[in-house]
Amino acid sequence: MRFQPIDQYSAGLKADTRASVYQSTKSTHEKRTKLLFDQFAAPDRLRELAGEIKQHAIENLDTYLPQVEARLKANGAQVHWAGTAESACAAVLKIMRDRGATKMVKAKTMVSEEIELAHYLEKHGLEALETDLGEFIVQIDDDHPSHIVRPIIHKNRREIATSFEREGLGAYNDDPGTITRRARHFLRHKYLEADVGLTGANFVSAESGRIVLVTNEGNSRFCLAATKCHIALVGIEKIVPRDRDLSILLNLLGRSGTAQDLTVYTEFISGPKSPAQPDGPEEMHVIFVDNGRTEVLASDCREILRCIRCGACLNVCPVYRQASGHAYRSVYPGPVGAVLSPLLMKDKFPQKADLPKASSLCGACNEVCPVNIPIPDLLLRLRNRAKEENVPSPGTPPMGAWALMASQPTAWKAALAGGKLLNYVPTKLIPVPALQAWADKRALPAWRGGEFRKWMRQRAQ
Amino acid sequence: MLNTERSPITGKRVQLMATCLCDAFYDDVAAATVEVLEHLGVTVVFPEGQTCCGQPAFNGGDWAASRRVVRHTVRTFAGEDPVVVPSGSCAAMMFHGAVLEFEKESDLPEVAALGRRTWELADFIVNGLGVKTWPGSYPATVAFHRACHTRGTASGEAALTLLRSIAGVKLAEFGEGEQCCGFGGTFSVSFPNISSAMGDLKLEHMRAANPDVVVSGDMSCMMHLGGLAAKEGKPVKTLHLAQVLRDALKAAKS
Repeated sequence: MRFQPIDQYSAGLKADTRASVYQSTKSTHEKRTKLLFDQFAAPDRLRELAGEIKQHAIENLDTYLPQVEARLKANGAQVHWAGTAESACAAVLKIMRDRGATKMVKAKTMVSEEIELAHYLEKHGLEALETDLGEFIVQIDDDHPSHIVRPIIHKNRREIATSFEREGLGAYNDDPGTITRRARHFLRHKYLEADVGLTGANFVSAESGRIVLVTNEGNSRFCLAATKCHIALVGIEKIVPRDRDLSILLNLLGRSGTAQDLTVYTEFISGPKSPAQPDGPEEMHVIFVDNGRTEVLASDCREILRCIRCGACLNVCPVYRQASGHAYRSVYPGPVGAVLSPLLMKDKFPQKADLPKASSLCGACNEVCPVNIPIPDLLLRLRNRAKEENVPSPGTPPMGAWALMASQPTAWKAALAGGKLLNYVPTKLIPVPALQAWADKRALPAWRGGEFRKWMRQRAQ
Repeated sequence: MLNTERSPITGKRVQLMATCLCDAFYDDVAAATVEVLEHLGVTVVFPEGQTCCGQPAFNGGDWAASRRVVRHTVRTFAGEDPVVVPSGSCAAMMFHGAVLEFEKESDLPEVAALGRRTWELADFIVNGLGVKTWPGSYPATVAFHRACHTRGTASGEAALTLLRSIAGVKLAEFGEGEQCCGFGGTFSVSFPNISSAMGDLKLEHMRAANPDVVVSGDMSCMMHLGGLAAKEGKPVKTLHLAQVLRDALKAAKS
């Protein structure tokens, strides 16, 4: 029998991968909940407010994008607009070529994963080195991130130690402290050699043009300390109207994402270095990336653009916990990815139309989302879109005959009586795939169709 | 996110939405619902033409098919009386899901109006009628499973309020109580591996608490969990909240 691709992926997942994903997501989710409810009287009200702020921002991008461009230019940064992944990559390439730059150090940015920047630059003979430890390990393994905050949630330290040994970073040693020290030693030299530092942005304030970056490793600071040119790749949905909005968003981001009051580093970058500063980039470029976001904004799923990439929905999601991130075949996995990834495919939506099916619609994602995105509603809208576009959906029972029966009481009552067959005929002889899929894993209760109606009629007499 | 605004209760007559699962499998749950409501002095009317709330197709993504069923349901439950349903999931379908899929339809007002007078059973008893304690006794350790479609509604807390008030009921705490049982409607048959793995985890947590019975306000979750447990040869006793309330009353009378 054919089932959904994500279900099949999950069935083949290694037990220890599943165990690391489960332990790590469960523990972060539980700490997150405790932190928020211990520290705030009404965290859900905060989530709603943060959601309103982001919703306002994305619905008024036509005001805020020109505003932020003007602010950034006044702050001394150069602003670029990229409609597609290709044009965003080309913009980075041009900036590097114009400077004669050959080496880039990268902080963690999901949008660079989305546009596949590192591969693009390598193809053009330029080096783009990941400096976030997790992303660095993904890069040396030629792997893909499986979580938006913890790219290597699917790996254990023994696998990492093996990769380090293979890459000549020292003899096999799976002590996390040693692994970190070795990576640090290797990367510190690379920062000094690099020409360009690339970062993303967690938020950009339209009011001040400040770019806000949060990290726990401080690698984004290193990326900007020694290099002379800073490139920030920013999805157009990262705008917030005012600096003061950052207060609530930063308070929620750290707690929701990694169960921290605040990430270890929070940087506010207002432009290239000022004459008074001895070090830092002389040149700063901000590339605003659309890559399908305008279409998402025009769709009935625009709330997904509120997302601040904290990963809380991945951590709480029982499906993500069983399937891990690679099952989603996308840069953005988990509940947020199941909405965003198919939408970003634009006219290739059918290729990822199965992702919104990968949910029991339990609503836990909505309950933890720091910007209160109604993810289950959006998953449902996309399921309906897939149906309207006639995308095949393996394992999903056809609903036509059922709808016909359930809108005609006579047919319904006949079916209630006919169902008694299930009590006598072994399910494996009944050629209904949904029934087989059910019965393969669970016993079916006795069919008692119509018994309640009989009981009601008898009492009335 | 949920559309949970509800019209106030007037009068003591309700229409019973029995649910398709009780119609097909769990007649005793529907009967218990009637007896519990009648104990509270409520007159229960059962519209014979009822079928299903329309959720299977809504969740399966076939909104056109679902709307057809919802329209039938709206016609069947005409009038002003509250509609009471022994399922948080079907109730949420009426006051939230149906409203979502009728967003662009001209008969949205009729659909939304039915949603406003549709109540999940425990929510109706505790918040609709204001009944916060339950007579009788039920000597058992109960693991209560809060169905996911009652997130953001008053149903879960209402069920616990009633259970806590029953003499003899001991509520068992178990791990990851907020997690889904893995049923998910069509999800259970199109993602059978993930669905059953989620259910196994839920059973593991519940069994660790050693309950006499697993109770829920939704038979869909119980069908899934009970079915998994039975299939692996380690059955667990599952009951609907209405059955516990009814049995507690019986104990009071005997």
